[in-house]
Amino acid sequence: MKRNPIRLLAAAVLGLGVGVASAQQTVLISGLVELSGTGATSGTNFDNGAKLAVKEINAAGGILGRKIEYTSSDTQSNPGIAKALAQKAIDQGAYVVMGPVFSGSILVSMEETRRAEVPNFTGGEAAAITQKGNPYVFRTSFTQTTAMPKVARYIANNVKAKTVAIIYVNNDFGKGGRDVMMKNLEAVGVKVIADISTDPGQVDFSGAVLRVKQSNADALFAYTNEEESARLLRELRKQGYDKPAIGETTLTGQKVIELAGDAANGAVAHVGLTADAPLPGIKAFDEKYQRDYKFKSDHNGLKGYTGIYIVKAITERIGKFDRKAFAAAMKGAKISAKEHPGVLMDVSFDQNGDLDRESFLTKVVNGKQVVVETLPALGAK
Amino acid sequence: MAHTMNELIQLVVSGTATGAIYALAGLGFTLLWQASGTINFAQGEFVMLPAFTMLFCVMAGAPLWLAFLITCAAAMVVLGVGFKRGIVDPLIRHGVIPLVIATLGLSIALKTIVRAGYSAEAHQFASPFPAGQFSVGGITVSYADVGTLFLAGVIVVALQTFVTRTVTGRAMQAVAQNTDAARVLGIDAKRMVLYTFLINAVLAAVTALLITPTYLAKFDMGDSIGLKAFFAAIIGGFNQTRGALLGGVLIGVLENLVGFYWSPAYKEGVALMLFLVVILFRPEGLLGKAEERKV
Repeated sequence: MKRNPIRLLAAAVLGLGVGVASAQQTVLISGLVELSGTGATSGTNFDNGAKLAVKEINAAGGILGRKIEYTSSDTQSNPGIAKALAQKAIDQGAYVVMGPVFSGSILVSMEETRRAEVPNFTGGEAAAITQKGNPYVFRTSFTQTTAMPKVARYIANNVKAKTVAIIYVNNDFGKGGRDVMMKNLEAVGVKVIADISTDPGQVDFSGAVLRVKQSNADALFAYTNEEESARLLRELRKQGYDKPAIGETTLTGQKVIELAGDAANGAVAHVGLTADAPLPGIKAFDEKYQRDYKFKSDHNGLKGYTGIYIVKAITERIGKFDRKAFAAAMKGAKISAKEHPGVLMDVSFDQNGDLDRESFLTKVVNGKQVVVETLPALGAK
Repeated sequence: MAHTMNELIQLVVSGTATGAIYALAGLGFTLLWQASGTINFAQGEFVMLPAFTMLFCVMAGAPLWLAFLITCAAAMVVLGVGFKRGIVDPLIRHGVIPLVIATLGLSIALKTIVRAGYSAEAHQFASPFPAGQFSVGGITVSYADVGTLFLAGVIVVALQTFVTRTVTGRAMQAVAQNTDAARVLGIDAKRMVLYTFLINAVLAAVTALLITPTYLAKFDMGDSIGLKAFFAAIIGGFNQTRGALLGGVLIGVLENLVGFYWSPAYKEGVALMLFLVVILFRPEGLLGKAEERKV
């Protein structure tokens, strides 16, 4: 068979053209996530959630006709690596950066995205993140300053505790939460009589639990990362602790329940997001997530998922891929779940990048996280 | 006053239980050193690997005791025979340093493989003992601590009896003390060294069974256990089996006391401080005898 060189050339040019065209049709979103190290659980969930949203959006035609190209890189839960990866994401021309989830990491890496004026969504909950006047950082979850008042009120009004013991993890996340909680407990007239610091990655909580028991406080407020929360719950069970253990978000998380087993039963926590929320959108998310990843998402999966949909909603609102316009449009933005089902719940942002929406009070019953109460958004009152 | 006394006793008991686990891993360390001059820096991963093997068996539907027995057998083959034939035998004739480097490499390799297979996340691991606790004279003790102490005690006594009371055990001791003389007496030195490796593998499996419910099964769980075992062995005396026991328990108890009365932040430094003090003032270890190095 004779080959026609012109036809071949034409095909090559066409192929090249198609290549260029498809490259033009994508928009890069870079995920900087904790895939190993102490944040592996949080980062993996966040990453999975983001990937799931990207898959759905791309299947439905992308954002403004452009497909999302999502890449995830492992920060190893290390702020230094997160910073370097943020720089790399900027060099690659990321439209938006997702992550890191750990507060200690985003506090460092967001300086890079701020300098390059790239919008940066984080799963971090430390209050300090949005107090630095950075116009390019946005949350995907509550801050400690919005969540802790709800927890303090619950401890005072529902548990009716007069005294509380606090166990917290000595990192940016834990210390930040403890400080806000102290203030809020004081405001509702609850006294903190044991203030116990623990290390990130700590394995033995026998001393900490013994101090809680000796303090004889009416309740325990526990604020540590996932693995440590599980070890803590196991130690509480081992030492026969029988008073309420209350947390914020992590304590009743899916991974914690899985790791702590029976010891998790009875633990109570306020959560901003949960895959068990009694909302149709979240139920559908839960099914899709479990189908794709074979395990149940924790709140970080929902953060990643809704984060990507927020990017889509705001980009469509401004009608172009413009990082500066995006950041400006985020200020005071309100996104309704009716118009943008992917955000799952009505959400509003303030001038600092903090968000507000409904939240839930959860309890572990028979190894399952059960929503016992839906709490209104702070701004809804 | 009685209150604080009870507190102290409680801390010592749970510290001894944790220390007993360090001691088991440390015991393996000293045994390998005595019998073959091997310093195994992958000892922590030798605990991590059985933990994941048990996890695998339990996930496949085996009850924990069966999973443990299967793991012991697998550990003897892989971490005992395999480790000796594949790494120690070819390298030991070049001296201790190449072997130390090889075990460091082995440690990294094992972590990477497990991380690739099981992800970097922690996995739940069932405790072999029931939850809960009981009180004796105002002191609350958990079943898990008692069970750990009991099991570790049984193993140490059994090992001690085996080494001092049986012909094979004495032959092993002879090989450890003077390999050439033992050979002249007709002892199969190679076989005795192999036994030591098998014992080390079983000790690692037991350590895994006891410590994983607290540490959770994770690819890097061996980092801290391996280090503690090493410290325990050095503190107690590298050439004394009893030394590792003392070292392990000492670390466990002191960690608990420092963590409670001082700050949990200094807890992890306890073993290191003790290690430095011993190295400076009694380099042969608390129970060790200063002796000439075997060449």
